[in-house]
Amino acid sequence: MAKHNRPTIILLLAVFVISILSIRYGAVYISLSEIVSSLSKYFTTPESMSLNERIFMDIRLPRAILCLTVGAGLAVGGTLMQALFRNPIVEPGLVGTSSGAAFGSALYFVLGAVLHFNAGEWTLPIAACAGALLSTVLVFTLSQSSQTGKSSIIALLLTGIAINALFMSGVGFLSYIARDPQARSITFWGLGTLSGANWHSVAITFFTVIICSVTALRFSNSLNALMLGETEAAMLGVNVKRLKLIVLTINVIMIAVCTAFVGVISFVGLIVPHLLRMTNGSDNRFLIRNSILLGGIILSAADLVARMLLRPAELPIGIVTSVIGVPVFIFLLRKKNYLF
Amino acid sequence: MLTAENITYKIGNNVLVNNVSVTYKPGVLNLILGPNGAGKSTLIKLLCNLLQPTSGKVMYNNVVLSGISIKEQAQIRSVLSQSTDIAFPLTAFEVVMMGRYPHYDVTAAQKDIEACTKAMQLFDVEELADRNYLSLSGGEKQRVHFARVIAQIWYAQKNKYRYLFLDEPLTFLDVYYQYHFMSKVIQLLKQKDLIVVGVVHDLNLAAKYGGYITLINHGNIIAAGTPKEVFTNENIKNVYRLHPTIENAGNSIAITFDIKED
Repeated sequence: MAKHNRPTIILLLAVFVISILSIRYGAVYISLSEIVSSLSKYFTTPESMSLNERIFMDIRLPRAILCLTVGAGLAVGGTLMQALFRNPIVEPGLVGTSSGAAFGSALYFVLGAVLHFNAGEWTLPIAACAGALLSTVLVFTLSQSSQTGKSSIIALLLTGIAINALFMSGVGFLSYIARDPQARSITFWGLGTLSGANWHSVAITFFTVIICSVTALRFSNSLNALMLGETEAAMLGVNVKRLKLIVLTINVIMIAVCTAFVGVISFVGLIVPHLLRMTNGSDNRFLIRNSILLGGIILSAADLVARMLLRPAELPIGIVTSVIGVPVFIFLLRKKNYLF
Repeated sequence: MLTAENITYKIGNNVLVNNVSVTYKPGVLNLILGPNGAGKSTLIKLLCNLLQPTSGKVMYNNVVLSGISIKEQAQIRSVLSQSTDIAFPLTAFEVVMMGRYPHYDVTAAQKDIEACTKAMQLFDVEELADRNYLSLSGGEKQRVHFARVIAQIWYAQKNKYRYLFLDEPLTFLDVYYQYHFMSKVIQLLKQKDLIVVGVVHDLNLAAKYGGYITLINHGNIIAAGTPKEVFTNENIKNVYRLHPTIENAGNSIAITFDIKED
């Protein structure tokens, strides 16, 4: 057990460091004293806050927390999906969740004005979440085998690929018929951005990710047993059907909520579990716990790069995660001899 | 005691196990034999609740299986199958520890660790404990799984039998480890509350180690009893479509085969 604690401590330190960096650097530089004074003024005399102090309190801090939370959500989702599918190349969006979310948001960008559906700042997240749930339910329904009534993992995986393709072509169609600013919004959202972070989105994603991750931790032994295969897990007393349902539900809720607020961000969910396995093996208790931290660190770092590289403009974070994620992933594949 | 009463298993109109009744006792090695497609695997899956019979019932110590919770079953019953692949790096010890999952919730107790260590010693894999499972040879992997399965039912439970099912466990092993395995199983049988049921292919191996043989074909029991009672010229010719020469020497039997054109 002791060998499992050291990475956690290192990661906690890294979370602290990256948060400080991500709070201070960006289009404007915020000093430590401004952070301190901003925090004290916010609760006593909010009207006397300077511009920098406001930037810290209303933009930087929620954004830093959102980075940590969404990164955690994506990474835990990736760990759960890889464990469930017993396959190390699986991403959390695999069961259709993120393409559905992208479709929902594209629908909102193009047809939102026509459909008279408006819930203020919540409209986009709601549309994305609805799309995510729709596509996921579709994947599950279609992957149920008509003969035995149970959905095999392979069927789920392949149906997921098909439904993903369908929804992505839906997104393609919507951007084709869209006018220019709408099309730009679709593209932008599909590449992910954390610039819309505010305290509302932070609160919702934070509680969703925490509740989902803690629930997932309780099933880590069952997920370990699942590494042996569904039959073996059943013989070890795991209710496999129930486990699949719970874990998939956790993943869908977490990914749908995260994607709804920040758009599609790829590769975080894929590489975090791999990096962790390299240090300490595949015990899911260790993986889930540390995915929360490492996912947050990686997304915060990517967000920092996205903000700093073209300052004062911002790069879509999805581009950064892909550019960093792909070489890392290829490196891991070549280094580790996984079974495929 | 393990009892199956008139169990039948059908998929559509295809009857895989037909009205089979068996009783297995502790202290002897119970083996199920039969040609490919005879229903051996289906039968053993029905006995360990991986499949549920279309009709009839399976009972552990006079309690119908459906009346025992999945977790309780896992505490007294373990199953070793042909081969198990893992896609992720784990140490051999972590794999063996999975056998103890039915017995603890979050953290393994000292007795769980002890069970794993002893089970690994029994199958000569204790020196592999910290090795990456993925780097082991086929034989080593199978021995690690054997240790896992034994660790699962390591401790006797009050007023309960323990059940060990072996579903063609020898398929990927060389002759040395086949005999090594079987002798370990015989050693385990000294524990009077342990019921062992296995499926094997090798008739000579079955004749040497088997105590009670169930010979099946087309989902029906053809013969059941001691190796001497079951491995008769007629039974083998009937079931395997081969012409055997059976040599009896004291307590042991040796069987050789010929293919004769009729």
